[in-house]
Amino acid sequence: MQEIKVYGVWGSPFSRRVEIALKMKGVEYEFIEEDLENKSDELLMYNPVHKKIPVLVHNGKPVVESSLIMEYIDETWKQNALLPTDPYDRAQVRFWAKFIDDKIMASVGAALLSKGGDISKAKEEMQELLTVLESEITKNKLFGGDKVSFLDIIGLFVAYWVPIVQDILGNHVLTRDKFPGIYEWADVLLDDAFIKKNLPDKDKLIPILRSRFGVKP
Amino acid sequence: MTEESSVKLHGFWASPYVQRAVLALKIKGIDFEYIEEDLSNKSESLLKYNPVYKKVPVLVHNGKPISESLVILEYIDEVWTDSPHLLPTDPYLRAKHRFWVAFFEPLFETMFTTLVTEGETQKTVLDELLEKMDVAEQGMKEIFPNGVPPFEEQKPGYLDIVFYSLYGTHEAADEILGKKFLTVERYPLFVSWVNALKQVPEVNQVTPSIPKFVGLLHAIRQRSASPKA
Repeated sequence: MQEIKVYGVWGSPFSRRVEIALKMKGVEYEFIEEDLENKSDELLMYNPVHKKIPVLVHNGKPVVESSLIMEYIDETWKQNALLPTDPYDRAQVRFWAKFIDDKIMASVGAALLSKGGDISKAKEEMQELLTVLESEITKNKLFGGDKVSFLDIIGLFVAYWVPIVQDILGNHVLTRDKFPGIYEWADVLLDDAFIKKNLPDKDKLIPILRSRFGVKP
Repeated sequence: MTEESSVKLHGFWASPYVQRAVLALKIKGIDFEYIEEDLSNKSESLLKYNPVYKKVPVLVHNGKPISESLVILEYIDEVWTDSPHLLPTDPYLRAKHRFWVAFFEPLFETMFTTLVTEGETQKTVLDELLEKMDVAEQGMKEIFPNGVPPFEEQKPGYLDIVFYSLYGTHEAADEILGKKFLTVERYPLFVSWVNALKQVPEVNQVTPSIPKFVGLLHAIRQRSASPKA
C-alpha cells in the first residue's frame, strides 16, 4: 500500500500543480490543508529549510518545490506522461517552466502587489516578459499540443490566477488585446473539462485573495 | 552510443554557469567545440541561439540550441546516457539533489554582490551568504552521511558540479574579502567537498586561473565604484 500525502493550501496555484499532476496519473492521495499563519509540526518537519507548501510525502519521504514535485511525480508514475520523451523537447519545457517561475512570477509580484517602489518600471518589465511568452505560444493549442502537459500546468498561474488578481487590484498588465496569444492558450486550457474541475472556484477564491491583499470588498 | 554529432558550447572563461556545462561535458567524455564570447560584443550566433536571455552558456547540439546551465546539464545527462550519470537514477534522490541545487542558485548572486561591494553593504550581504551556507552545510550531512567520498570510482555529478561552480574559486573571494570566508571551523563538509573535487583532473581543467579571476573582480569593482560615464 502506498501512502501519499500532499500538504497544501486550497487557493494556492503551487499546491494545485501537484494535485493536478497526481490526478492526471490517477494517483490517490490525502490532502492536508495548511494554515499558513499556524503551520503544522509535520510541515515544519518535512520542509525545515523553507517551511513552505506544497510538500508531497510519499511513503514518509518528503519532496518539496512544486516544479520538482511534478518532475518526481512524472518519474515515479509513468502513465500519462507530463513531460515529452525527446530530450530536446524536455529541455525546451524546462527552459520555459523556469522562465515562468523565475521571471514572470517575480515580475507579477513586483508589478501588481508591490505597495511602494517603482511600480511603472515593474509593470514595464512584466509587459516585456509577457511579450516574450506571447511569442512562444502557438495558436489554438496547448503547450503539449492537444493535451494538457507539464508546461500548461505550470502556466496555470498565468492563465487563471493572474487575471483574477488583476481584477481584484484594479491593475491590468496582462490584457486580451495586448496578449491575444496568451489569452487564446488560456481559453483552451481553462475550457478543458479536467482542468475546470480541478481549479479553485473563482467565487470562493476572490474573497480569500481580497483578504490576503488587504483589499476591501 | 551516439553517432557522429556536433556539439558546440558558447561561453565566457570566468562564468560559473559556463563552468558547469564545460565540466559536465568533460566528465561525460563528450567532444565539443568551445567558443569564447566577448560579453561586451556578443556574437550573432549567441544572440540567435539565446534570444530570450542573450547569455552564456548556450549548448548547440546538431545545430539546435539549449540555454540555461541547469537545463543544459539535465539535457546532457538525458542524451548521453552512458556512465557516468550526472543525476542519480532514483527519483527521490534526484528530487533531493535538484532541491539543493535550487538552494545554491540564489547564492551566486549573493556571492557576486559580496565581491563587488564594500563596507557595510558588503558586510551585510556576506553575513546573509554565510547564514545560508550554514543551512546548506547542515543539509549536506544528509547527502554525505559518511563524509565526502573521494571522486575516483564515482565522478562528480549535478550537485557537485553546481557546488564547485560556486566555491571552486573561493581563493579569489578570500583575496577580495581580505580573509577566508570558507573556514573549516564553520564549514567542515564544504571544505572537504571542495578539496575532494580539486583532486579530479577534469575539475582542475575547468578552474580559471585565480590571479586572472581576481583581476577581473577588481576591474568589476572599479567599474561599480567609479561614477557612470
